Amino acid sequence: MKPADYAPPFDARDYVAAPTDPDDERIEVGVLIVGAGPAGLACAIRLGQLLEAAPEVRERLGEVPVAVLEKGKQPGSHLLSGAVVNPRALRRLFKGRKRIDEMPFHGPVEHESVYYLTPRRALRIPTPPTMKNDGNYVASLSQLARWLAEQAEAGGAMILPETSAVKLLAADGRVRGVRTGDKGRGREAEPLGNFEPGADLVARVTVLAEGTQGHLTGVALNRFGLAGENPQVWALGVKEVWKVARPLDRVIHTMGWPLRGASKYREFGGSFIYPMGEDMVTLGMVVGLDYRDVELSVHDLLQELKTHPLVRKLLDGGERVAWGAKTIPEGGFLSLPKQLHAPGLLICGDGAGLVNVPALKGIHYAIESGSLAAEAAFGALQRGQTPSTPGTLAVYDEALRQSFVWKDLQEVRNMRQAFGRGFWLGGALAGAMTATKGHFPPGSTRTERDSEQELIRTDRAQSYPAADGKLTFDKLSSVFAAGNKTRDDQPNHIVIRRDVPPELARMWERMCPAQVYEATGNGVDITPSNCVQCGAITAKGGRLTPPEGGSGPEYTVT
Amino acid sequence: MSTLVFLEHHGDELLKSSLGVLSKAASLGDDVAGVVIGLNVRGLADEAGKYGAAKVYVADDAQLEAPLPQPRVDVLAQLVRDQSIPTVLFANSVLSADVAAGLAARLDAGLNWDLVDIVQEDGKLVGKRPALQDTVYVDVGWTSEPRLALFRSGSFDPSETGGSAEVEDLQVSLEAFSTGARMVDQAHEESSGPSIEDAEVIVAGGRGLGGPENFTLVEELAKALGGAVGATRAVVDAGWYPYSTQVGQTGKTVAPKLYIACGISGAIQHKVGMQSSGVIVAINKDPNAPIFEFADLGVVGDVHNVVPKLTELVKARKS
Amino acid sequence: MKIAVCVKQVPEGSRRIDPETKRLDRSGEGTLNPFDANAVEEALRLKDAGGEGEVVLVSMGPPKAQDALRKALAMGADRAVLVSDDGAAGADLVATSSALAKALEREGADLILFGQQANDSDGAVLWAAVADRLRLPVVSQAAEVTHADGKLTVKRQTEFGYDVIEAPTPAVIAVSDAINEPRYPSLKGIMGAKSKPQETVSLADLGADGLESRTEIYALNDPPARGDSMKVEDDGNAAQAVVDFLAEKRLV
Repeated sequence: MKPADYAPPFDARDYVAAPTDPDDERIEVGVLIVGAGPAGLACAIRLGQLLEAAPEVRERLGEVPVAVLEKGKQPGSHLLSGAVVNPRALRRLFKGRKRIDEMPFHGPVEHESVYYLTPRRALRIPTPPTMKNDGNYVASLSQLARWLAEQAEAGGAMILPETSAVKLLAADGRVRGVRTGDKGRGREAEPLGNFEPGADLVARVTVLAEGTQGHLTGVALNRFGLAGENPQVWALGVKEVWKVARPLDRVIHTMGWPLRGASKYREFGGSFIYPMGEDMVTLGMVVGLDYRDVELSVHDLLQELKTHPLVRKLLDGGERVAWGAKTIPEGGFLSLPKQLHAPGLLICGDGAGLVNVPALKGIHYAIESGSLAAEAAFGALQRGQTPSTPGTLAVYDEALRQSFVWKDLQEVRNMRQAFGRGFWLGGALAGAMTATKGHFPPGSTRTERDSEQELIRTDRAQSYPAADGKLTFDKLSSVFAAGNKTRDDQPNHIVIRRDVPPELARMWERMCPAQVYEATGNGVDITPSNCVQCGAITAKGGRLTPPEGGSGPEYTVT
Repeated sequence: MSTLVFLEHHGDELLKSSLGVLSKAASLGDDVAGVVIGLNVRGLADEAGKYGAAKVYVADDAQLEAPLPQPRVDVLAQLVRDQSIPTVLFANSVLSADVAAGLAARLDAGLNWDLVDIVQEDGKLVGKRPALQDTVYVDVGWTSEPRLALFRSGSFDPSETGGSAEVEDLQVSLEAFSTGARMVDQAHEESSGPSIEDAEVIVAGGRGLGGPENFTLVEELAKALGGAVGATRAVVDAGWYPYSTQVGQTGKTVAPKLYIACGISGAIQHKVGMQSSGVIVAINKDPNAPIFEFADLGVVGDVHNVVPKLTELVKARKS
Repeated sequence: MKIAVCVKQVPEGSRRIDPETKRLDRSGEGTLNPFDANAVEEALRLKDAGGEGEVVLVSMGPPKAQDALRKALAMGADRAVLVSDDGAAGADLVATSSALAKALEREGADLILFGQQANDSDGAVLWAAVADRLRLPVVSQAAEVTHADGKLTVKRQTEFGYDVIEAPTPAVIAVSDAINEPRYPSLKGIMGAKSKPQETVSLADLGADGLESRTEIYALNDPPARGDSMKVEDDGNAAQAVVDFLAEKRLV
């Protein structure tokens, strides 16, 4: 039995429509960016810079030359990452404008350690070359995005928070913009007293920078046939931020325990522990969603990790201040869409799958791709071209292929797939790949969808620690710590089959870090208002769609 | 007089919460006076004497009949100034909160509100104020006199001392703006039971009831105890019970004297809405339910057996 | 009718008290106090019902509170005035009501609305203090407000039921959260809010410098521990055990 046998009743075609609002009620902007994350905000900032120097182009784009839609309460509300950031793309974006020391970083990486964990011990191993972090900086992505949003607004972009993009507006083979989500609908989708319908937002260029599991990105890949040969695969990361008694002096990564190395389990992942200044530490557990055991819970693995002597010691006397979860696209180079533009449309960042798994990095690719998207859109507009003419925006794909993003991803292209062969063999292959810059092993390694993995069941849940409310927590306390304020009585935004076999119901129940699913014996019950929109369900046999704008977690330091 | 307690009445009774504050003030060992403001309220003064007031000021005037705040501010401001009263205490209610805040502005006096206790520490009055969903208790004070304090309803139980009070009538003179608002109608229906916010007893049901039809068990116990019915988000979400009864993070925050949780696991979202309850009794068949960690009495058992028996026993006791 | 709505920015997400200042940590992100949205909604409805007028937001807080005010502007309020001054940090009821009253005097509105409470301090008292300073009638816990011929009719909800209270304008009214369902800002509203006037004034601008609070905070303590909890297994007699327990606590 595999999750893919129970495909959700979801058809991407239902989310593409021609504009319906009468012409005079449509809201027109110049460039529309969907998603106020690092990619979208970098795009907005770069456009601001280019338009500042070209007032005549700016003039042509109307009253709102650049708009950024954000489904969260504010920029950063839905952002979560490690994060150790390679500053390369930020340096280029802010060249001559802002210095690194003006950005909200928690300091450069000074020391780093990698450990292989056993249940009681931590064996220091040499840092793999891809994981070296010299010259990189620790950040909270949520904080970084709030700062980027300020820069974008100062550069003239209009940020529209609490607004989800639910449909791709397309007509005559080109993208015209998006339709924003309705607000004020009841459980059965009936309009409530304060119902506010969504609106058609049309633009010369639409940039999808939706991040992992982007709703319209998936719709657009389907509509324009952009998907690559290999499907995308994901990992689920669950993290916490702690106020600690003693500062941590280095960046730590761990492999091994509590994950199991045998290839039949397909448990690929590890943990990260980063200092955030003198008094905070962030730590998280990341596990590939191609795992098979229905009892696997990343939330509980993180709780288990904290009971390891190495980690317990760091947190001793501390207090958890934040929690969150998010998926990470892990397919790498081999899973990239074959093209990242369509008439009137550009796709960047995590939504495009621009993540370097062995280096555990994607933020600088998001920023770089957003900047390149801005340059492509601006270039076309400046030349007086119509961006919705097929081929006009191909310059974006070309620029991306010329960039360090492409080169980096190509060098590590088979890495993630290799780990499907188990920890030790995968590790050896990854080492060989690094040494040969991606030439070994030759050929592409096929990837299976995360939902195509046959499910197994083991007793792995037995070792999950009971929540003590101090070091270890249950899922509901975690959802509470995420600041989740999703309205209880809005329509369900999670598309799944409800009549699934007990194993699948159990797998979802364990998988979800926010306790959305509950196995009932003859199917599954859901509590959509717990959802923190991590996206794991989309990888494992369901489909997440955007709930009412402003819903979901309110991350501030993740 | 060193402490004055504003005694609110409804009909021909002083409110229990006001008498509780009066008893508390008397227990601090000060000379305590009460003040009753309304029309035909002189009879209430004697009642106040029984709960520790050495003196009761009475403002009895047709202009004071309606329970509106501003005329009361006028009366109190004059009294506090004339008698140089250093401390004025209130029990929270819609009326008393408005009176206390109006008086604070009129006298430029410090008002600490939402207090649950007050103590003398090193010769200073210190108020105790729960904050952040009652996870922190803040000690608060005043930098000058008069000191005004507004207590959470139900913070103190009235205790009869059997004393009697000297009664003094007050002259009433009102500001023009204080009579601007006029009561034109009062619809005080006696509802079938207390609302969830005002109830002293709440019996709440959760998913452990098994189905909406079993809420009758909860309703009957609530009726027997003279309390209101509450529900968890899970059952409200499931459509078993109306939203207006939901207790928790996204529902109501309640602090009854007694909270009986039937088939409720005690998720943190629920806990934040009811953790200030006086006594918590939990009935749940799962011995590991988190609610047992903060219940005063936990019963590991089936709600379908325990609750009906409990209802019968309560009824038998009351009759 | 010109309506002023007093609104407040409250900290977003999980809250903490700063052990140094012993006050709520307001350094993080802020948002519009959700209870104030009911007051803004009611103001917009009254303005629409009257056919003309203006809705002005009046607030006090750090300079970045303007961001929270923008949400109310997106709902449809016309402009915002923020009293922001280092001298107002940590102001208590007496000090806050004094500064707000000065700002409201400057506006001279026909009606001043408040939400029923701030969700960061659980306090529900400010309007009565402001009304007293402005020497205007006040009605709180309004579940319904109508305006005709310079007269306001308010349905007030109390512990005992409903009152109907009339007051002449100008007046101060605090609305309950049952009065309406606040509207969602439309996308056009959100976009339009960015160009609406947002003024920031200091205490000196209002002639309100030298604000003095009359209350202070001494210490932060852990809440009192609950008594030991008891657990009994139901062997058929648990109901009796509960009744005995309640009787002992004088609850039955």
